[in-house]
Amino acid sequence: MAVDTYRAPNRLALPRRWGRRPASRRSGRAGPGTYAFLLVVIAGSIFPLYWSFVVASHDNSAIGAYPPVLTPGGHFWSNLHRLFSTDVVSVDFWAALINSAIVAGAVTAGVVFFSALAGFAFAKLKFRGQKWLLLAVIATMIIPVQLGVIPLYIEMIHFGWLFDLKAVIFPYVVSAFGVFLMRQYIVGAVSNELIDAARVDGCHTLRVFWHVILPAVRPVAAVLGLLTFMETWNNFFWPLIVLGQRNPTVQVAISAVAGTNYIPDYPLILTATFISILPLLFVFLVLGRQIIGGIMQGAVKG
Amino acid sequence: MWTVRGTVELNSQASEVGSGGAAAVALPARSRLRTRLRRLDSKVSPYAYIFPFFAVFGVFGVFPLGYTAWVSLTDRTLLNPVSHWVALDNYTELLHDSYFWNAVENTIAIGLISMVPQLALALVIAHVLNTKLHARTLFRMGILLPQVTSLVAVGLIFAQLFSADYGLVNYVLNQFGISNVDWEAGRLSSWVALSVMVMWRWTGYNALIYLAAMQAIPDDLYEAAAVDGARRWRQFFHITIPMLRPTIIFTVIVSTIGSLQLFTEPYLFQPNNRGLATGGSGRQYQTVTMYLYENAFGSSQFRFGYAAAIAWCLVLLIAVISIFNFLVIRRIRSAE
Repeated sequence: MAVDTYRAPNRLALPRRWGRRPASRRSGRAGPGTYAFLLVVIAGSIFPLYWSFVVASHDNSAIGAYPPVLTPGGHFWSNLHRLFSTDVVSVDFWAALINSAIVAGAVTAGVVFFSALAGFAFAKLKFRGQKWLLLAVIATMIIPVQLGVIPLYIEMIHFGWLFDLKAVIFPYVVSAFGVFLMRQYIVGAVSNELIDAARVDGCHTLRVFWHVILPAVRPVAAVLGLLTFMETWNNFFWPLIVLGQRNPTVQVAISAVAGTNYIPDYPLILTATFISILPLLFVFLVLGRQIIGGIMQGAVKG
Repeated sequence: MWTVRGTVELNSQASEVGSGGAAAVALPARSRLRTRLRRLDSKVSPYAYIFPFFAVFGVFGVFPLGYTAWVSLTDRTLLNPVSHWVALDNYTELLHDSYFWNAVENTIAIGLISMVPQLALALVIAHVLNTKLHARTLFRMGILLPQVTSLVAVGLIFAQLFSADYGLVNYVLNQFGISNVDWEAGRLSSWVALSVMVMWRWTGYNALIYLAAMQAIPDDLYEAAAVDGARRWRQFFHITIPMLRPTIIFTVIVSTIGSLQLFTEPYLFQPNNRGLATGGSGRQYQTVTMYLYENAFGSSQFRFGYAAAIAWCLVLLIAVISIFNFLVIRRIRSAE
């Protein structure tokens, strides 16, 4: 029986449920017009990304061509070489990529772990003030936290974290959205009997968390982790302020590349841009189905 | 595979602990300690588990927001940490600051121009996606692709597309006999260009949210309408849209909050801005967040007190517009 309860969350894994939902009777079969419309929309989605590669693979003289060249050229490697040589660009682009990987990895690990922990407490434990505290968590989602940047900056001066990666990691290691998502998932995916059984057997709550909850939340943890990683990798406003060009993340480094010349060197700028998109593009192509499931799931629950 | 392994682990532990429990019957003193520990565990540990969230959020979220209110009442700058109490001087100055009102106007205009067509298009896309489609996941991934792209990338790619002399947008317009538009230089034209950037990144995301909500609408509503002879697009307007109203309210409010904080795309519209954030030579597309940035970090003045006042006004603006949105949409609903 225990095995059965364990399988339940797996069977209900978010993406599957959306992916295999039978189309309902209301929705007619799609005609050629529908496909044509969708293809146009998708061409519009893809084109700017394709275009960034087209520009990145030409030299500056080709950019002014009339009519414009719409196909990739042969200068991508030389642009790449220029991007990573410090006498052309004022920032160390390699260091920026590594910084971003560290920051996004640390933030993702923190968000997933702390969200699961708090989500577990809200979903399966009983304590005084539970309802109000959960409401407080939800309320914090409405507050635009980045508006506190000035005091946050002053705080960072006091902590000695200016130009330090800690400044872009610690403020982001918890997420109200994450707590809420985990709570909702744990309520439905982990049966109370299983937890009670574990507790009757003498498991303290931390053990229940480690051996029952953590394995059960793996599908939703993957979604939350992916979304968090993307968000952190793409974050710009706060890293620009607190790290600047001295110790930049990749987004800040791109903006530095963009500001290098008086007349924008678009092949170089869009090479940097294209490189920064690649890792996320790869993740998206491999795990897009899960990401879509997560967004749609979050929409219905929220 | 992990499921089975997890169960085995749990079982082996349970048996260990179980045997410990049997021993406890023989030792009442230990058993009492154990019960007390368990009670302590169930009383205290929930708070311990939610503590990290509230601690981090308190230190880096709530405290700064509150402290912003205090800083906004001083003349604090980065270079002069010893600040003086100036009461509401920053706010009075702000109310008479034409640059600030210009920024508010730009922000609201860009927000409106981007949001209305974006949500309408998202509704249509969701409706179209909510049919029997081949390669459905592929289509969904296609429309979500822009969401993966960072704001910096969006800003720079479109800055190139919209550039005055060699931009592709102008080339296409030329084919229709329209001469080159200097998108970045004009007020309305820069608003439109920035709105296109916002739309490109967010339409697919909103479409997916609508699609999720559409799939939750019970089938019998459509069946009844079909019996009454309602065609697909009539069903869309008379069933889908009314049933989607809570979701529409949600997306309108989320988009409002997002667009009022617009920063990255306009900041990079002129890529070599030297960190100034003025939003063009005539401040034609400077947003409120850019003006905040300019005052705090972008100029040589580092006017933290004044920037904090801008931050609070922005919070107020977001609150007012969100409530306004909410009331308007609810009004429309009750009027029907």
